[in-house]
Amino acid sequence: MTLLAVERIKLFSTRSPWWCVVVAVGLTVGFTALMSGFANEQGTVTVGFTQFSYQFGLMVLMVMAVLAVTTEYRFGTIRTTFQTAPNRAAVLTAKALLVAVLAGVVALAAAFLSFWVSDLLATNSDLSLSGADAWRNVAGTGLVAFLAAVLSVAVGILLRQSAAAVTVVLVWPLLVEGLVSLIPRIGQDIQSWMPFVAAHHFLFGGQPDSAEAAMMMGMSDVPYGPWAGIAYFGAISVGLFVVAVITASRRDA
Amino acid sequence: MIEARGLTRRYGNKVAVDDLSFSVRPGRVTGFLGPNGAGKSTTMRMILGLDRPTSGTVRVNGQAYHELDQPLRRIGALLDAKWVHPNRSARAHLRWLARTNRLPDRRVDEVLEAVGLAAVANRPAGGFSLGMSQRLGIATALLGDPEILMFDEPVNGLDPEGIRWIRGFMRDLAAQGRTVFVSSHLLSEMAQTAEDLVVIGRGKLISQCTTAEFIDNASESLVRVRTPQAEELRAALARADAEVRVEVETGALLVSGVTTQLVGEVAAAGGVVLHELAVERASLEQAFMRLTDDAVEYQTTALPAPELVTAGR
Ligand SMILES: Nc1ncnc2c1ncn2[C@@H]1O[C@H](COP(=O)(O)OP(=O)(O)OP(=O)(O)O)[C@@H](O)[C@H]1O
Ligand SMILES: [Mg+2]
Repeated sequence: MTLLAVERIKLFSTRSPWWCVVVAVGLTVGFTALMSGFANEQGTVTVGFTQFSYQFGLMVLMVMAVLAVTTEYRFGTIRTTFQTAPNRAAVLTAKALLVAVLAGVVALAAAFLSFWVSDLLATNSDLSLSGADAWRNVAGTGLVAFLAAVLSVAVGILLRQSAAAVTVVLVWPLLVEGLVSLIPRIGQDIQSWMPFVAAHHFLFGGQPDSAEAAMMMGMSDVPYGPWAGIAYFGAISVGLFVVAVITASRRDA
Repeated sequence: MIEARGLTRRYGNKVAVDDLSFSVRPGRVTGFLGPNGAGKSTTMRMILGLDRPTSGTVRVNGQAYHELDQPLRRIGALLDAKWVHPNRSARAHLRWLARTNRLPDRRVDEVLEAVGLAAVANRPAGGFSLGMSQRLGIATALLGDPEILMFDEPVNGLDPEGIRWIRGFMRDLAAQGRTVFVSSHLLSEMAQTAEDLVVIGRGKLISQCTTAEFIDNASESLVRVRTPQAEELRAALARADAEVRVEVETGALLVSGVTTQLVGEVAAAGGVVLHELAVERASLEQAFMRLTDDAVEYQTTALPAPELVTAGR
């Protein structure tokens, strides 16, 4: 508990997390509003449609999670932290938990705001949050952001360097996971097992417009269900975090 | 009490700290002395559990650092004054530190007051001058009111006013009965603050003794004599068990292990005319450089000066 309180003080006594939160919500909701406004005439706005922009917020929140770690390495405060609390695993777990909860809550807020804004703007469509699929899509963004933040913290711990770690968490989901499908023959199969593809499937899988959503992301169809997808994504995030904690506990601060 | 036993740290092929054993006694200022790259900072990082020893152990109050409960209350340290987030205020920095070891927020204001930063407590630490950063670092070390304090080159880069303040501060801390362990690469600096010394060179222990002993050993005093009857005086002094060397350029005699008084008396007894009779003390820094220059070779032997030739007894 003490460690969580400390990480909270550390995180919020600098300005960048606040900026990240504002930008994450603003980008997500702003893009959803634009898209819904233009799509209103066709009357094709669905629940999935209101959530397509989650990626914008997610990227910003992942950058926030990375920076929460790498700035500590950059300014040497990680050494002071380990000096005051020598149990590095406990410190890093508290940090990951705090950042992940923040990311989850912000993503959740952005998701519901997006839905609400779409509902306001898309007067020609009949939008309603009914059914497990719809709820999973909107509320699920919180869970995806939570796990993505854990993953980002892990990358930050392993690389210790802002530029490198930010590049990895942006380039991987935005480019690498899309481009692997271009590999002849096996590309599409590999892509189905990419972590962010699995997370995406958790959000949009099983919905009437899921094929459309998948196409927008340049994705192929995946051979598992939505909940298996998030379990897979979670396993990768937590697994990488465990590796990062072991690494940090062994090496010099 | 800090105790190192066989402490060794390698970085690749380089041995930064080499089988180092020493202890820092409570209630006094102990200087940790060694030239640049001797391994002082590495040793201090190992004391704080930040770097892992390749072999050997170091204990704080009989415990490994990671076994300490709320370590800020046991040992406070300033290793690098720049380890602060530049956008965080001095107060915010100390507040999160205080919280880690369940220290009351009131303690933050106390230490800010003690180091004279109360007026700038809410300013971002990134804008602090070196002297102010150093004060903030000292406030960090004092936060848990620990019995042991450790400072790595605290006066580096400070102006004379800042240096005077830090020296006084360390003396006050020791006077309160605390253990102060402070590193420096300047013997003259340590001579003013430390009672005990741990001296290292190239990662190895050169000596652990009191500062007074070290200075007496390190700065051998010589009596310099010029005389037209050098041969006679040298023979007479050799009979009096003094070690005599001849300075090559001037032909003057350099006598070690004796007083000017004795040399004068020996000369008078032998009817030798003296043109010059003076005490020559090697500067502390020269002596220290010679001691640490080649840690192994000069560890136990006396101090040969390169420009002198030994002329026997
Ligand atoms: N992380 C590291 N990686 C590789 N070599 C290192 C590392 N840290 C220290 N060294 C090397 O170990 C030796 C001891 O360094 P250290 O910083 O402990 O010396 P120091 O006595 O503190 O010197 P100074 O007076 O310059 O601060 C140096 O040769 C240094 O180059
Ligand atoms: Mg150093």
